[in-house]
Amino acid sequence: MEKSTFRTKAGLAQMLKGGVIMDVVTPEQARIAEEAGAVAVMALERVPADIRKHGGVARMSDPEMIQGIIEAVTIPVMAKARIGHFVEAQLLEALGIDYIDESEVLTPADEHNHINKHKFNVPFVCGCRNLGEALRRINEGAAMIRTKGEAGTGNVVEAVRHARQLFADIRRLQSMNEDELFVAAKEMQAPYELVREVAEAGKLPVVNFAAGGIATPADAALMMQLGVDGVFVGSGIFKSGDPARRAKAIVEATTHYNDPKIIAEVSKGLGEAMVGINIGDIPEGELLAVRGW
Amino acid sequence: MNVGVLALQGAFREHEQILRRLGQQVTQVRLPEHLEQVDRLIIPGGESTTIGKLLVAYKLVEPIRERARREMPVWGTCAGMILLAGQIIEGRPEGQPALALMDIVAQRNAFGRQLDSFEADLQIAGIAGEPFRAVFIRAPLITSVGGDAEAVATLDDGRIVAARQGRLLATAFHPELTDDTRMHELFLEM
Repeated sequence: MEKSTFRTKAGLAQMLKGGVIMDVVTPEQARIAEEAGAVAVMALERVPADIRKHGGVARMSDPEMIQGIIEAVTIPVMAKARIGHFVEAQLLEALGIDYIDESEVLTPADEHNHINKHKFNVPFVCGCRNLGEALRRINEGAAMIRTKGEAGTGNVVEAVRHARQLFADIRRLQSMNEDELFVAAKEMQAPYELVREVAEAGKLPVVNFAAGGIATPADAALMMQLGVDGVFVGSGIFKSGDPARRAKAIVEATTHYNDPKIIAEVSKGLGEAMVGINIGDIPEGELLAVRGW
Repeated sequence: MNVGVLALQGAFREHEQILRRLGQQVTQVRLPEHLEQVDRLIIPGGESTTIGKLLVAYKLVEPIRERARREMPVWGTCAGMILLAGQIIEGRPEGQPALALMDIVAQRNAFGRQLDSFEADLQIAGIAGEPFRAVFIRAPLITSVGGDAEAVATLDDGRIVAARQGRLLATAFHPELTDDTRMHELFLEM
């Protein structure tokens, strides 16, 4: 019997495919998310919209609060550690968390290095804006990837940009002669072995979700139709008028992403969506997606 | 033969890929009308609470039960096994819907959390040759079998991880995560 193999780490993400992972800040919200059909919850102290509003340094959440959420639900629980903060990750592993998000939504702890994720038994998900970034994270041991989007904005434009960029990068590799893959690896600052693997398979070697700015059932279906395996919804649910209903609608739109009639039906009368922010109105220093190296 | 894979959520594409490698026609089942086109059904791994809720919301519970009663072969892996079990103990959120087709008792998250996920080599009744490399992810366990259900695979300590009852098959592990197609071949012959 072998525990915590890479296959079990990447395998949990495969079990989450076609599903919605929801940010929650209390056990009560976690139960609402589970009841709505979330495949997992992300336990954190403040949703990205509030982190954005309040400013300051955003850190790993209080272990007691994470524990409370673990006890509240039977679905997997994820939590965020700061980029490069391997001790926060050690604490989350000790708490028995199911997946760690090494996340740009928190304030980075290291501006050069990400966490060496091979050293952990718990699996990691990391953000990316393009293929090179995704492969650097996978090389460090990430067992799941999410496109970053711009968290806490309720604006899907960056999620779309990053997903399109990722898939375009993959298609470009597929069109290359094998002699050209060496330079492609150099240019995208990614390991050659992984570049070759992606060129052959035509997809990432791990599951890839979309995140950052998804606020409506149609947003979720848009990302699914673009080709991601599932979605993270952060502020979009609990910053809206009727979280339980919106959560359920986003779950159903993610399953039936190719069926506009069903998506239209579940989108009826959901109440107010979260207030969105235009990316151009965000001061450059406050953009989250640029964090990560 | 047209093999249906329940595609509400979870690792349905992994099953689909193996079935296609075995030369099968595959239909993703999300609505009752899709079910009508298939000769057999696989319920994949995923989150059983999510899949269960979507089964109810899109009115698939009764049609699947009805087809199974008319001898359509059904195979559930992990979450799918939980949905097939007649009884679920521990860790089941109140009111979780189930197909309840097999006389087995399943325990959710029986080995613990993700840190307890593992791989093990199994001997499976009906599969000759090398042991089967089985991947268990936050896996359930079959705590007992009743009626004419029988255990077809156990861990070294005797705990049951696969069972068969007539044309129904349940595995706590994920054959769709390996390159070994023997479990799928077994199901296709059922």
